[in-house]
Amino acid sequence: MRRVIGIALPLMTFTVIAAAWQLLATYGGFPPKLVPGLGTIAETFLRLASNGVLAAAAVATLYRLGVGFLLAAVIGVLVGIAMGRRQWVEDTLLPIVTFLYPIPGLAYAPLFVLWFGLGDIPTMLLVGVSSCFTVIINTWKGVKAVKPIWLRSAEVMGAGNRDMFRRVVLPAALPYILVGLRLGLAQAWRILIAVEMLMSVQRGLGWMIFGAQTFLNTDVMLSTIALIGMIGILLERQVFARIERVTVVRWGMVAA
Amino acid sequence: MRRGFSWRALARGAAGVAAVLAIWEGFARSGMFSTAMTPPVESIASIMWQMIADGSLPLNALATLIRVFIGLAICFVIAVPLGVLMARSWVAERIFLPVLSVLLPIPSLAWVPLFILWFGIGDFVTILVVVYAAFFPLVYSVWTGVRAVNPIWLRSAIVMGADETTLFRKVIWPAALPYIITGLRLSFGRAWIGVIGGELLASPKFGLGEIIFNAKEFLDAGVMLATLVGIGAIGIVFERFVFQMLENATVRRWGMVAGAQS
Repeated sequence: MRRVIGIALPLMTFTVIAAAWQLLATYGGFPPKLVPGLGTIAETFLRLASNGVLAAAAVATLYRLGVGFLLAAVIGVLVGIAMGRRQWVEDTLLPIVTFLYPIPGLAYAPLFVLWFGLGDIPTMLLVGVSSCFTVIINTWKGVKAVKPIWLRSAEVMGAGNRDMFRRVVLPAALPYILVGLRLGLAQAWRILIAVEMLMSVQRGLGWMIFGAQTFLNTDVMLSTIALIGMIGILLERQVFARIERVTVVRWGMVAA
Repeated sequence: MRRGFSWRALARGAAGVAAVLAIWEGFARSGMFSTAMTPPVESIASIMWQMIADGSLPLNALATLIRVFIGLAICFVIAVPLGVLMARSWVAERIFLPVLSVLLPIPSLAWVPLFILWFGIGDFVTILVVVYAAFFPLVYSVWTGVRAVNPIWLRSAIVMGADETTLFRKVIWPAALPYIITGLRLSFGRAWIGVIGGELLASPKFGLGEIIFNAKEFLDAGVMLATLVGIGAIGIVFERFVFQMLENATVRRWGMVAGAQS
């Protein structure tokens, strides 16, 4: 009984929302261009999905996300480890990182346009810069949180600098680093969608929403937003959950 | 995390900042780019001073902060009851959680063009973006916090004759508060990103995002950099002082989180 209700209730909620939307679209007196009915939205979504427009935009966006995030991950992990391992690096960089961390990446966008022009490269650079601080801070905290007793035991057992790093510090800090990467990816994704609206890139999901605004294509906007949500879920659930399962969960460092 | 104060750390930090400024200065003066695009440090400082003196930086910062706080207030009023309801009632959880999970992964700024079509440009859309951005961290934190209340506390309070109101005010609320404050902190971070994005895209009258956006039209990198410094400073003030104070005044005083050692 409880299971039936558990499935029925969400279905009911979505039905109510869908019905309310349809009523608003049909009888609300709004122009159908602005508040399209569910049928129109579904039709547009299927049309854009089948003729490859959505796919092309998604590929362009994901490519930018990939390059930008790779930049953030490499810089973030390296700087974070250096800060965690060497006191003088931490002392030198911490004020700068602390100051830059709370500045929204998007605020740099006009400046980047001024410096690097419009297009792909500034977009990826901006995504990388704005999401690397989350990775830096989490990696740094992770390296700092390695139990001193592990370090001392490894030292006593004769671990060299390299072994110490590869066998002790890196695995011990990995849960934190993965959290940082996961948060960084989520941040990069959110920033990227907005940056695409400001940087007038060639193709892309953010650009599609922004372009559709000019022609009052609300159905296109809603279709793109739906796809953005789906990709967001996939990135969150699939990519990192999988990496975590084969590393830190398998090593018994965190509960599954 | 906090260690004792150290002169050496301070000197190194100052050296790091000085190095960044020196590199920038060398870069700006090298003549690789025009000084309009990479203004030297002292001209950024003087622009910043000018913007503070004529009141444009503080006033626009105030406009941005007011939007953030209106947004956060609306968010608080909706998210806290919803989170509590979801945690206390299984039916409510089954009704609302799926909707939240569908909306959560959509970045708030993706909605901006649509919101502009529906509601026009200006303040309303910017605040709406703030509410959307700040809503999810808060509602999930409240939901988790209320569910994490030790069941023994609830049962003891009920046995001791607490009614629903007392139970909520004296047990659930204080126990969930550390989570709620964490949620607010996350929400503020999201709201801060959302408001700048909203101001860039939805062009309300004043605001820090608006200054940056306008400065782009005049190729005025000095104004942009000065505003960025202001944005960073406000971010730090809130992250470091305001939320820290909030925590000290509530949960830490009640001994709910380990304060002394952390």
